[in-house]
Amino acid sequence: MSNEEKGQWVYLVAFGVAYGAYFVITLGQLGQAAPADIDYVPTMLWSIGIGIALAIVGRIVVEIVSRVSGEIEGHDEGPVADVRDRDIGRFGEYVAGTVLGVGMVVPFVLTLAEFDYFWIANAMYLVFGVSAAVGAVVKVVAYRRGF
Amino acid sequence: MGKPTKVSNQIRRLRFEHGEMTQAELAQRIGVTRQTIIAIEQGRYSPSLEMAFQIANAFDVTLDEVFRYESAEGGTR
Repeated sequence: MSNEEKGQWVYLVAFGVAYGAYFVITLGQLGQAAPADIDYVPTMLWSIGIGIALAIVGRIVVEIVSRVSGEIEGHDEGPVADVRDRDIGRFGEYVAGTVLGVGMVVPFVLTLAEFDYFWIANAMYLVFGVSAAVGAVVKVVAYRRGF
Repeated sequence: MGKPTKVSNQIRRLRFEHGEMTQAELAQRIGVTRQTIIAIEQGRYSPSLEMAFQIANAFDVTLDEVFRYESAEGGTR
């Protein structure tokens, strides 16, 4: 498995943990309080920050472990990323961008319909997250099944 | 397992004919990762024209001795 593919797995796990925690904490309060009364902003910002931090730290760990194991086993893995990684990366970003563009219709409609900020912000966060996750899944599938 | 590509190749055979060259050695020669060589060998990735020439040069053979394209009629070219 290439470092780039490992990086996509790290991203999926980081996003899953960060968004999963946010979902449980914030949306779990929906049954007990009105959306306008839920203090979701700090939790959302922490969730985004922790997700980014986990992805960065996880990627650094992957790179270090890969380099160290390569030296121990006595083989040089070559460049960190090559043209195939860039091709797959572009393809994944293209799909993610399409999902993002289409998905942003949801918060746009919610805004026009004057929904509460809670729903608009959460719809945007969900669409950002889903588009990035779809992009990562597409890249992993491309690595696994061919491109 | 892998997505079938219409480009088949003889890289595995050529590696063994060239002193059992490892995938890592070939990867190093053309400046790509070992995973990319594995993906090309298994038909999961069609290399660019430039990379195809680099692979052929690494074995000192012509392009069509390394790669074949299966046409729609079922033959190879």
